[in-house]
Amino acid sequence: MHDMSAHAAAHHGPPTSFIRKNIFSLDHKVIGKQYYGLGLAAVIIGMVLSWIMRIHLGWTNYAIPGLHLLSKTGAPGDVMTPEYYMQVMTMHATFMVFFVLTVVPFAAFGNFFIPIHTGAEDMPFPHFNMMSFWTTFVAFCVMLLSFFVGDGPTLGGWTQYAPLSALGPVAGPGEGSGVIIWATSIAIFCVGQLFGALNFIPNILDLRCKGMSMWRLPLPTWAWFITSCMGLTSFSVLMPACILLILDHVAGTSFFVASNLVINDQLQPHSGGSTLLWQHLFWFFGHPEVYIAIVPGMGIVSHVLITNMRKPMLSHRVMVYSMGALAVLSYMVYGHHMFVSGMNPFSSLLFSFPTLMITIPSTVIVLIWIGSLYGAKIRINPASLFALGFISLFITGGISGFFLAQPSIQILLHATYFVVAHFHFTMAIAAIFGIFSGTYFWFPKMWGRMMNDTLGKIHFWLTFIGVYAIFMPMHYLGLAGNVRRYQAFVVDYMQPLVGVHQFITIAALFTGAVQLIFIYNFIHSRFRGEPAPDNPWQGTSLEWSIPSPPPHDNFGGKHVVVYHDPYQYGVKSSTGDYVMQDSPEQVNTINEEP
Amino acid sequence: MATTVHEPPKIEPRRSPQLGHTGNGGFGNLVPNDGKLPAVEDYAPPPSRTGIWVALAAITMSFAAFTSALIVRQGAAPDWHHLTLPNILFWNTLVLLASSVTLEFARRRVAGFMGGPRTEELSPARWLHVTAVLGVVFVAGQYIAWLQLRSHGLYLATNPNSSFFYLLTALHGLHVLGGLTGLTYVIHKLNRVVLRRSTLDSFSYYWHFMGILWVYLLLLLWMRL
Repeated sequence: MHDMSAHAAAHHGPPTSFIRKNIFSLDHKVIGKQYYGLGLAAVIIGMVLSWIMRIHLGWTNYAIPGLHLLSKTGAPGDVMTPEYYMQVMTMHATFMVFFVLTVVPFAAFGNFFIPIHTGAEDMPFPHFNMMSFWTTFVAFCVMLLSFFVGDGPTLGGWTQYAPLSALGPVAGPGEGSGVIIWATSIAIFCVGQLFGALNFIPNILDLRCKGMSMWRLPLPTWAWFITSCMGLTSFSVLMPACILLILDHVAGTSFFVASNLVINDQLQPHSGGSTLLWQHLFWFFGHPEVYIAIVPGMGIVSHVLITNMRKPMLSHRVMVYSMGALAVLSYMVYGHHMFVSGMNPFSSLLFSFPTLMITIPSTVIVLIWIGSLYGAKIRINPASLFALGFISLFITGGISGFFLAQPSIQILLHATYFVVAHFHFTMAIAAIFGIFSGTYFWFPKMWGRMMNDTLGKIHFWLTFIGVYAIFMPMHYLGLAGNVRRYQAFVVDYMQPLVGVHQFITIAALFTGAVQLIFIYNFIHSRFRGEPAPDNPWQGTSLEWSIPSPPPHDNFGGKHVVVYHDPYQYGVKSSTGDYVMQDSPEQVNTINEEP
Repeated sequence: MATTVHEPPKIEPRRSPQLGHTGNGGFGNLVPNDGKLPAVEDYAPPPSRTGIWVALAAITMSFAAFTSALIVRQGAAPDWHHLTLPNILFWNTLVLLASSVTLEFARRRVAGFMGGPRTEELSPARWLHVTAVLGVVFVAGQYIAWLQLRSHGLYLATNPNSSFFYLLTALHGLHVLGGLTGLTYVIHKLNRVVLRRSTLDSFSYYWHFMGILWVYLLLLLWMRL
C-alpha cells in the first residue's frame, strides 16, 4: 500500500505538452508562480491607479496625459472628474487588497512551499488547485473589464457600502454595470480562494511525511494553515453578500435598500432593506481579510529572520498560538469599522474590547521578533532587510491602531487620513515588504537563480524611506481633519493641507519609480542570474534539501523522513551551525523533543 | 444477465506504519533522533475526508450568512408578510432523507462487495442509482414548489419573504445538483471498479449534509417566513 502523496503524484506524472507544463499545470509550483505573476500584474495596475489618484489630489485640475484614453467620460481633456477619482480609488483598493495582498503572500508562496514544507509530492487535489488559479484569473479579468464597460468601474469604495452600491445607475457613474461586475468578480474570487483552502488544509493535516508532526512545520506553513482556516470561513460570508447585492441590482429585491429613498430627485422603488446589513456581512469578512493579508507575511518574515539570525525564535509555540489567537479574535472585532455607522453605541463597546485584546497577540509576536533579534548577529541581505522593515512598518501601523480601537477617538478619526495611514502601514506596505522578503529569500529556490544583492539593498533603502515619506504625514493630515475619499480639498480648513498632499504625491511617484529597480532585478536575475545552489542561505527546512528549482515531484521520489524541529540553528553539526530537518545526524539540539 | 465478477478495486485499507511513509496524523508520533521508528501505528485520514469537511465548513458559513441576512431583514421593516410554504416541500424532505438512507445502504454494501464475491446482485451500484433518482426527484419537487408559488403571484422580488424563499431553496438546490454531479463521478468510478472508499465516504458526508441543511432551511423558512 502506498500513501496519499504518492497517489497525488500518480495522478499526474511529469507533464509533456507545453500547455500542461506552463498553462493548465497541475504542479503546485507552477500554480504558485502563476499566482505570483498575477499578483505582479495586479500590483502594477494598483500602483498606477494610486499615482493617478495622488496626482489629482496634489494638483486637482492637472491634465494627466493620456487619461482620456482610459475613460472619455471620466477624464475629459485628461482632467479627472470627481466621480472618476472615486472610481479609480475603488479599483486601486480592490486590486490591491484582493489580487495582491490575498494572492501573493498566501496563494503564491503558499502553493509553492506548503507541499515542500510538509514533505509531500504535491497538493492532494491538483485539479482543484489548477482551478483555483484559473478561477482567480477569471475574477481578475472580470474586474479589469469594468474599466471598459458602460460608464466605468464602480465608485463606492472597495467596501461597497449600501445603499450607494445597491441603488443602480441612478446613484452615479459605474453604479450600474460597474457594481454588478465588481460583485461578480469578487464572488468568483471567493470561489477560487475556497478551492485553494480546500488544498492547503488537507495537505497540512494529512500529507505530512514521516516524522513531520504539526509542531515541526516551519512557521510560514503554520501561518498558511491559519490563514486558510480564516479564508475558508470569511470568504464564504462575502460571497452571499455579493449575491444579495447582485440580486438587489438585477432582480429588484431590497435586501440593502431602505424605503423612501430619494436619489437625484427620484423616489427609489426599493423598500424595507437594511443598509447596515451590508456592513455587518462585509466587515465580518473584511476584518479577517486584513489578517489573511498579514499573517502569511508574519510567517514568512519569521522564517527569513530565523535563517538570517542563525537562531530560532524565543518561542516557536507562542508564535503559533499568537497567530492562532489573531485569527480567532479577528472575527470578534469587525464592528470597529462601524463605530459611527448608526449601530447601537453599546455594541461599540463590545467591539472595542476585543479590538484592544487583539493587540495582545500582535504585540507578543512583535516582542518575540525583537527579543529574538536581541543579541543576534543578523546577516544583512535584501530578504532580512525587508523582514526588518516589515517589523518597523507593522509596529508603526499597530500604534495608530490603538487610537482607532477606541470609539471616543474614532469618532474624530473615522474616515480621515489617519485611518488611511493606519491600514497602509499595517496591511498594505507591511505585507508588501513581506512579499519582497519572501521573494528575495525564495527566488533562488523558485527560479534556480540568485538575485542581485546590491540592487536589492538599494531597492530596500529607497523603498523604506519612500513609504515612510508617503504614509507618515497622513497621520498628521487625519488629525487635522482631512477626510478620506475626497477628490479635492475645496473646504477652507483643508486648504493648508494641500501642500502636504503634494509632498506625499512626490514621495509616491518616487517610490513607484524605485520599484523599477526590483522589476529589473527580477527579470534580469530570472534569465541571467547566477545559478543557485540547493541551499544558498544554509536553511534547515525541507525546501533547502531539494534542488533549485525543485524537480516535478519535489523530492525526486525519495521518501522524506524528518528528524528535527524546523529551526535548529546555532548547533554544532557536520554542515556547520545548523542541522537540516531531514538529516538523521545526532546533534545537541536546542529545546528539541526526543 | 449473467453475473459479472469484477477485479478487486483499488480501495485502500487503513494504513500501517511499516509500509512506507505515512502522514503523521497526531501528537507524539515523532521519529526520534536515533532514527528508530515508533511502535505506535500512525495514521492520517485520507485527504478527501479532510477536504470535504473544509467544503462543508465553507457551505455552513455561507448559509449562516444568509440566515443572519434573513433575521436582520425581518427586523428591518414592517413589510414582512407571512408566506405559507407549499406542501410539496414536506414530501421533498422525505425524498431527500430517503436518498440518505439509500446511500447508506450503498455504503454498507461496498464493504461486502469488495471483500467477497463481486457479483452484480451484491453491487452497491443499484442503491447509488436509487439515490441519484431520489436526488433528481427532490430537485424536481423543489421546482414544482417554485411553480406553485408563482401561481400565487409570488416571485423573487414580490416581497422579502418570497425573496428569501427562492434564494435559499435555489442555493440549496444548486448544491444538491453539485452533489448529483459528484454522485455521477462516484458511480462512474464504481463502474470502472476503481472507487476508493474515501471517495465514497467523502461524497456521503456531503450528501447527508445536504439533507441536514435542507431540514434546517425548512425549519428556518417555516418558523420565519
